[in-house]
Amino acid sequence: MTDRIPGFSTLAIHAGAQPDPSTGARTTPIYQTTSFVFDDVDHAASLFGLQAFGNIYTRITNPTTAVLEERVAALEGGTAALAVASGHSAQLLTFHAMMTPGDNIVAANKLYGGSINQLNHSFKSFGWNVKWADAEDPQSFADLIDDRTRAVFIESLANPGGVVTDMAAIAEIAKARNVPLVVDNTMASPYLCRPIEHGADIVLHSLTKFMGGHGNSMGGVIVDGGSYDWSSSENYPMLSKPRPEYNGMVLHETFGNFAFAIACRVLGLRDLGPAISPMNAFMLQTGIETLPLRMQRHCDNALKVAEYLDGHDKVSWVSYAGLPGDPNYAKHQKYMPKGAGAVFTFGVKGGYDAGVAVVSNCEIISHLANIGDTRSLIIHPASTTHRQLTDEQKTAAGAGPDVVRISVGLEDAEDIIADLDQALASIKG
Amino acid sequence: MNHDSYPDTYIRDILDGVKTIALVGASANTVRPSYFVLKYLLSKGYEVIPINPGQAGKEILGQTVHASLADVPVAIDMVDIFRNSEAAGAVVEEALRLPTLPKVIWMQLSVRNDAAARLAEDKGLKVVMDRCPKIEYGRLSGEIGWTGVNSRNLSAKRPVLKSGFQHRGLATSKSPQD
Repeated sequence: MTDRIPGFSTLAIHAGAQPDPSTGARTTPIYQTTSFVFDDVDHAASLFGLQAFGNIYTRITNPTTAVLEERVAALEGGTAALAVASGHSAQLLTFHAMMTPGDNIVAANKLYGGSINQLNHSFKSFGWNVKWADAEDPQSFADLIDDRTRAVFIESLANPGGVVTDMAAIAEIAKARNVPLVVDNTMASPYLCRPIEHGADIVLHSLTKFMGGHGNSMGGVIVDGGSYDWSSSENYPMLSKPRPEYNGMVLHETFGNFAFAIACRVLGLRDLGPAISPMNAFMLQTGIETLPLRMQRHCDNALKVAEYLDGHDKVSWVSYAGLPGDPNYAKHQKYMPKGAGAVFTFGVKGGYDAGVAVVSNCEIISHLANIGDTRSLIIHPASTTHRQLTDEQKTAAGAGPDVVRISVGLEDAEDIIADLDQALASIKG
Repeated sequence: MNHDSYPDTYIRDILDGVKTIALVGASANTVRPSYFVLKYLLSKGYEVIPINPGQAGKEILGQTVHASLADVPVAIDMVDIFRNSEAAGAVVEEALRLPTLPKVIWMQLSVRNDAAARLAEDKGLKVVMDRCPKIEYGRLSGEIGWTGVNSRNLSAKRPVLKSGFQHRGLATSKSPQD
């Protein structure tokens, strides 16, 4: 290839995936192996000492998974990536590399319910604290950042509320306080929005969703933006201090602008262990090849469905940034003009019971707890994903009793609308 | 040369064209980046000569350490500088006094001295700053992708495997071990 910069669709197909050097196989083989032989003891020592590029053990690297990693890094415009078992484990390893007991994360209050649980409960047992900022008020992040804040964490497009986060404003605040900005880009995908271009330092995904896109494989990824100077303070010892795990090596000094991805791999993934299976990596990278096509259709269908719901007399409100009257419309136009994503919420008249009735009566729209499938999916968050939260937290997270969340799939939009039409008709009163 | 952004072809031509590399600031400490780079470049078939006055006469990875560039008994193709940006200036001046001029001055990640670069370029040398030859070789050969790093290389050609398992040469042209 010449020095021409390839386009997004080309990267989605080619990045990371040359033909297999041993066999010439054009599609990346599934290297379903736990381990890799060494040339000799010196080669082994070089690999264990991080002095050579190569494979040791599939918990740490795998050639199939490496293709997925390089591809996502390319699509997000990052320096490197690390694929792991799930989006949740991507968050665990990211914060593991940044946090020591007593530190805190300033996080947007509009996050996926599972992330709110992880930050509120599981992370607290590590001594990692969380402070919740108002996702729609960048100044609230500035007010909460203190000397022990090690990360600002937001979603580019918040799940489930359809809130487009003002990333550039929050990035500016984080930068002024020298705190890295971590952005979960699961709902938008890099096709709609590339957070690194708006000031993000680290980008995370649940690859399980739109990236893989077929609802068949779990995976997560950490993308290193290469932008944060980990040695600019004493706050990130995993990156800026000699590591006893590697005889005193300093990771940032050694690996430069992809040191964060390396730290997550050789400290976090090595020791905590949430490795993705090569099979899942293969399924996810195959899905990514059609990401641009799928994501555009997801968005086009979602807009049609949102317009239909907006005009329905049993629907009290629709929160979809793609609707011109929506409070998030201007931010959608700024950050993700190709589409406002395919997941949004709407309120049904009749509250909790009406919400339950709609999700129970859909015929082709599946009632389940996932998003970003080829299939349309629907859920009533108050009774499922956000059930563990208090009523106050539910409302703050955009998951009140009347809220129904839909992930619009790739079926014919007319069929999705017809299914919703008969489900809404089942609401009593 | 625009030293903010190098075309891949420029870096590839350098890594393909040099054979003997003097590594200034070579360390015997096995976790220092200069040791890593020395070891990696040796494994790729380059002749690498460590330069470090404190280690002169000793060996690192079987290579005799010299105190200065002037002490190296053979012609040097490339000077790879593991010193800070200011100190790099004196190294470049020393390199430009050698009886046989090197072809390339390479300054490592975070090392940049534009005045020294101009001096070298005026004498016809190629200059690379704020880059690592290990990372660039790994990137251009695709090897670095094994670690999830964005190599920024796309190719539908079958990669060339070199001697030894898990060793690749540069993707589209001959590497120095051919």
